[in-house]
Order: sequence, then C-alpha cells, then structure tokens
Amino acid sequence: MTEGLVVKDLSISHGAVSAIHNLSFDIAPGELVALIGANGAGKTTLLRALSGLIAPQSGTATWHGTSIVKTKPEDLVRAGIVHVSEGKSVIPELTVRENLAIGGLWRRDKKDVLRATAESLELFPVLNERISQRADSLSGGERQMLAIARALISRPELLLLDEPSLGLAPLIVDQIFESLNTLRTHVGMTILLVEQNALGALKIADRGLILNLGNLVGSGPATELLHDPHLRSAYLGF
Amino acid sequence: MIINTLLIGVSSGAIYALMALALVLVWRSTRVVNFAQAGQAVLSTYIGYETMARTHNYWLSVPIAIFFGALLAAIVDVLFMRVLARRAQQGPIAEIAPVITTLGLLGLIHSLIGLIWGNTFVQYTSPLSGKGFTFGTHVIPFSPQNLLIVLTATGVMAIFAAIFTFTDLGLSLRAASFQPEIARLAGIKVDRVRTVGWAFAGATGAVAGVVITPTSYLSPNSLDLLLVTGFVAAVIGGLESLIGAVVGGVVLGIGFAFILQYIGPSVTFLAGFIILMVVQLVKPHGFFGHKTSRHA
Repeated sequence: MTEGLVVKDLSISHGAVSAIHNLSFDIAPGELVALIGANGAGKTTLLRALSGLIAPQSGTATWHGTSIVKTKPEDLVRAGIVHVSEGKSVIPELTVRENLAIGGLWRRDKKDVLRATAESLELFPVLNERISQRADSLSGGERQMLAIARALISRPELLLLDEPSLGLAPLIVDQIFESLNTLRTHVGMTILLVEQNALGALKIADRGLILNLGNLVGSGPATELLHDPHLRSAYLGF
Repeated sequence: MIINTLLIGVSSGAIYALMALALVLVWRSTRVVNFAQAGQAVLSTYIGYETMARTHNYWLSVPIAIFFGALLAAIVDVLFMRVLARRAQQGPIAEIAPVITTLGLLGLIHSLIGLIWGNTFVQYTSPLSGKGFTFGTHVIPFSPQNLLIVLTATGVMAIFAAIFTFTDLGLSLRAASFQPEIARLAGIKVDRVRTVGWAFAGATGAVAGVVITPTSYLSPNSLDLLLVTGFVAAVIGGLESLIGAVVGGVVLGIGFAFILQYIGPSVTFLAGFIILMVVQLVKPHGFFGHKTSRHA
C-alpha cells in the first residue's frame, strides 16, 4: 500500500507558547481518522501546519513520501491536500456558485471540474437550490456543506476537516458526517477529521487519535476508543 | 449654464474615478492606501511623454505608458509590498510600514523624474483639440480631449466590470481580496493574484495620467492633487467598491464643478475635505462599503 500521511515528532509553537509537542501519527490511504480533543488541545494548530498555513518548529510530515511542511497551502492543494478550516470556511460575499467555482480555478481539467461540481451538488442537494444566493444568506449547516463541497471540487486525496459539526443542529451534523462516510466508502478519500464531537466522529471513523494539551494521549481503532472507559471519562466526555 | 457645469464635472469626475479605482484596486487586495500611486501614474505619463517626443505619435505613447504603469506597479508589489507583508506582519510597524513605504516611494519617484527630465513643466500633447465643441455660435466647455477622457474612463470601467464579473481571474481577485486565507486553501495563488491587482491599478493610474495631462502640463508633482481627490472619491464610495469609486469620482467631479462655478475656486479644495468629513460622519462605510469589515 502507498504511504499516506506520516507525521513524525512534530512540534509547533505560537511564539513562546508550545501548542504541539513531538506529535507522531500516521494515516493510511483511504482511512478516516478522527482527531479528538477539547478546546486548546492543539487540533486546529496541527491542521494549519499540515495545510501549510503555519510552519512547525521541528519534526516532519510527509504525504506519499513527500515532505509537506513549509509548503504553501496553494501548492498543497495541487498535491491533493485540501483543508476545510474551522468556522464554515466560505467567502460570504460570493455566491454559492462562485464559492464552488474557486475550488476548481487552479485545475486545468475543466471537464472534470464540471463533473466534480455535479457530484458535490448531488452530495449536498440543498446547495443546488441556493446556487445563485450569496453565501452569507446560508444557514450554518449549508455553509459547512458549501465549504466541504468546494473542497471536493479540488479533487482532494487527503481532506483535512476542522470541526465541521461546530455550532450545528444534531440533524445537520448527522447529515454532514454521513456525507463524509460516503466519501470514505465510495470515493476512497483519506480524511483527517478534527472534532470536539467525539461520539459522532468516532462512530464514522476507522481510527481515533486523542489530543490533550498538544500531546497524543490515546489512539486506536474507533470502536475500541468508544468503549474505553478511562478515555471516555477523561477525554471524550460521554 | 448648468449643462456646461455638468459637462466639466463629468470630465474631471471621470479622472477622479480612474484614480479612485486605482486606489481601491490596491486597497481591496492588500489593505494598503498606495500614496505612491500618484508617482507611479506620473512616471508612466513621463514614459508616454518620452515615447511621444521620440515617435511624435500620441496613440503609440498611450499603450506604452499603460504597459509601463502596470509593470511598475507589479514590481512595486513584488519588491516592496510582498517583502513587507512577510517581514513586518505584527506589531505597530505592521500598520504603518506600508504607509511609510508608499510615501517614500512617492518621494523616490519624484526625485527620479527630476533627475531624468528636470523639475520644470513640460507639455505632453494629444492630437485632439482642447477647444470646446461648437454648436452654432455656442462653444461648450467640453473638448474632444474631454470626450476622450470620458470615453477612456468608461472603457476602463467596462473592462474591469467584465473582468471581475465574467472571468476566472476576476473571481480569483475577488476571492483573494475578500478572504485571502480561504482563497489560498482553495488553491488560488494569492500573492500572484495580488500582483495582478497592483498591475491593474498601475495601468489605471497611467490611463488617468496620459489622458488628463494633455489638458494641462506635466511636472513631477502634476498628479499629486489627483491622488487627494481620487482618495476622497474612493472613501465616498466606501474604499472597497469599484462601483463606489466610479460613483464617488463622478459625484466629486460634478460637486467641484458646481462649487467652482457658483462659489469660487478658493473653496474647491476645502469642499473636498468637507464632503469627506460629512460622508465619514453620515455614512462611515461610504456609500458602497460593507458594514462588516473584511479580513485582509
């Protein structure tokens, strides 16, 4: 099997404050891994480093054997790594159609952009109904769907998702998690899902990683983590 | 009389609109008020003047000046603004560094022009007449050159409207200016797109310079006042909106023309600042600005 994402001894600081300490983990191609942790655990910082938005202090991260640290986000998108950042990452001033289009602007294969757009709209049909509306007129759930749909138009091999369930109604969260499950099962996409909603994320994940104050405190198959009483009471909150 | 005043206003308003457009294009993409814009525009106009002196062909000098304006702006962005954005991201210096840089550039360009062409007034003429059109015995204060100014400004605006609305480049420019981080995560090369924004602004400033200069004289400082009026127009329009810049420019041009006609030249400049202050008090975000500020 081709090597997927391999993170080794990664340390990231915000000025003098250390956010991630010597973190090591890997994700095999086609795996859906949930990264669970409370606020301030370093989850968002890790994703921002993996997508090139910030540079780690030390350590390595490779995707299919090629280093991805200190690479520009726009170049990582071209390498198949797409990050949907926290907080419904859409451009409010643009329409739904334009928000989708920006995911494919860099791609040469415009026919496949059209195909990917059609597939994204099939996955989130509500976006089709809102296609000409500005993104700031959408609900929180619709914005999150739009952010994921835009990412899909870039045809990612590795999708980095930062708290897609944040602030959304349970029904919408189920719908979004279900669509991620579809992407993993039917498309074979590799997904790193960062979540505070541990229960929901672990239910669809193959494996889970538990991060606390920048340290990996637990990892294993999602079903095992779900049934580990110590982890559940200490970190998972259910 | 009113129509005459309107015609004068529209013609000067078209120029203010061009300068406002140049400032807005840069502000939208990099959150920098480019004080060097007047210098870039005047240097581009001198390039037009030099081409004209060598070829005696105004129509050849115009595209050369515009191309130079775009190139110069792109160089300013790559050599100065990108470096500043990387090196002075945080702290009090981050706020003022671009202002200091663009003011410094303005001075540098003025000195450079003085060294090459001298500090005297020179004439950069167009083959179009500066005399007003005649209707019967009546001469209106609107010449073929004024018509060129209005048509050129309208053309530039139409081109930008088409680029921003219908092209991938326009969408990239909008995405990069609204939310640069999300644009980068969508694969847009924001740095390159910003440089294109600077080049568009530089070209627009050059257009303003080469069409307005034949109506007066060319000197190293001859477009400095235009920077001020362009800035006022841009603020009236909300500083972020291209349409706002155009409307702001035309409104200011017409306003100035009426003040000049009915009150007198001594208060025209003052009136610009009064208009600016009133707009700031009544509509702090301008007439086409967004209430929520965008993240640069």
